Amino acid sequence: MGPILAFAESRNGELRKVALEVVTAARQAADSAGGAEVHAMLIGGPGIGTRTDSLGRHGADVVTVVEHPGLGRYSPEVFAATVADRLRSNGYRAAFFAASAEGRDLAPRVAARLGVSLASDVTGFELKADAVLVQHPAYTGKVIVALRLIGTPALLSLRPGSVTPVESPRTVRTEALSPAMDPATSRVTVTELSARGSTRLDLGEASIIVSGGRGLRAAENFKLVEDLAAAIGNAAVGATRAVTDDGWRPATDQIGQTGRLVSPDLYIAVGISGAVQHLAGMRTAKTIVAINRDKDAPIFKIADYGIVGDLFEILPRLTEEIRKVRKDH
Amino acid sequence: MKVAVCIKRVPDMEMRFSISGDRKSLDGSGLKYEMGDFDGYALEVALQLVEKQGGEAVVLSIGPDGVQETLRKGLAMGAARAVQLKVEEVPFDGLAIARALAAELKDGGYDLILFGRMATDTANGTVGPMTAELLDLPCVTAISHLDITGARGTATRELEGAAETMQFPLPAVLTIDEGIARPRLASLKGIMAAKKKPLEVKPAQIGEVRLVVESMALPPDRPPGRIIGEGADAVPELLRLLQTEAKVF
Repeated sequence: MGPILAFAESRNGELRKVALEVVTAARQAADSAGGAEVHAMLIGGPGIGTRTDSLGRHGADVVTVVEHPGLGRYSPEVFAATVADRLRSNGYRAAFFAASAEGRDLAPRVAARLGVSLASDVTGFELKADAVLVQHPAYTGKVIVALRLIGTPALLSLRPGSVTPVESPRTVRTEALSPAMDPATSRVTVTELSARGSTRLDLGEASIIVSGGRGLRAAENFKLVEDLAAAIGNAAVGATRAVTDDGWRPATDQIGQTGRLVSPDLYIAVGISGAVQHLAGMRTAKTIVAINRDKDAPIFKIADYGIVGDLFEILPRLTEEIRKVRKDH
Repeated sequence: MKVAVCIKRVPDMEMRFSISGDRKSLDGSGLKYEMGDFDGYALEVALQLVEKQGGEAVVLSIGPDGVQETLRKGLAMGAARAVQLKVEEVPFDGLAIARALAAELKDGGYDLILFGRMATDTANGTVGPMTAELLDLPCVTAISHLDITGARGTATRELEGAAETMQFPLPAVLTIDEGIARPRLASLKGIMAAKKKPLEVKPAQIGEVRLVVESMALPPDRPPGRIIGEGADAVPELLRLLQTEAKVF
């Protein structure tokens, strides 16, 4: 079988966690199909070539490095042209991308350039001789669709968090490649990349999310949610649409049908009633905790552990108890 | 300025879905339909641009005759005319849809072609950027801010924990995220006017479909919710359960 390409996403010269997920997924696909090489592809500015070790550690046999001063930031046309060009060689069987903001932009462009179909935002995959079978949550997560993807190379984008990075060390060969077009001739250019909430963990990468709704009553009360997330340590902070619509939190914090879809190990819903629009974004969390004053709130129908009561009393206590637990370990 | 807005008719997501007997589609009985959430934002962006700069907004949709209702809604909101690319069943394959749209849009002379960032039903988000590539037009996806000055545009898109600002020349393809503009409600006058606006029906040029539905299933139900206590006194029990049962701490 031809090799599998794994697009390794980076930002500001660092690999993103989804890069390791994608390489791990490609390794698993290659092994399950009886063995094939995994070629990770890394595109970035000068110095990006020093970021190949962890790709080899997670199962890449080859890392193709495209290093160019004009590619320190994402450049949709150059990236798409370069990845598509690469996929025209070597008889690639498949290519894996992350269904991240960048991957969702890049993968369809590459697919259209190659004239092949793309299975988007998949949570499971299986390589067959004549097709790839994938699982894709659709209809705001209310329906799981099994799809058959025909054609070579088969392009897939993988939902962030659906594969856990696993080490599977290889002796990695590195090869350098030039971009398929001069970045200076790109029609679309990124003129600014600004960090938002720089120190906070991203919702898609956090294993624990603490999320707040209207029950918090005012923007400043989100401090209670922030405090709990800080006490837990590796937690991100989310919000409902009502809260982001009111400007209490940035729009990027919204979890739900029109916001982020997340599947953390633990989701703590604070002052959230549980509208369908919100549940669509978090119902696949492994464990759900709900704190709400209304015992009839819909969130309690899906919460593994619910506490009815005043969040302004419960939250500080929970934060305090978790600090104690964290100190003991 | 001539703006095309590609909209999709999707089921109302608030409804309870069930799978039909063939295990490959939704049970259509009792389904209500609406314009996709993000498509509404895209149409609003188009209408505001046309109001400011003159020109016309055109709505397009692929699907069976049922999509005419969605197109009429677009006309009622303020689009000048509508095009239905008729096909009995909209495929899951974004490339097949993009090919049909590109064939229609190619010679339309549009300055901008707008999409929602994804359809809320199939949740693929691929048709916009694929159409752009097939038409060889610059494209920015999932934008939450837009500024058009002359023949150039600046758009901002949200990433995980960051935002990207991009510049591009017109004509261009853009896909629109939430937060950019709240879709207007159609006025009674708009609804009346929409009945007289042109709605053209053409066959959709759907080629080979290479991403096909094998089966659909409802996700496994979560175990029924459990209330473990009331007030702050329930916190120690919550922690015990998280540590011993859920094993998260």
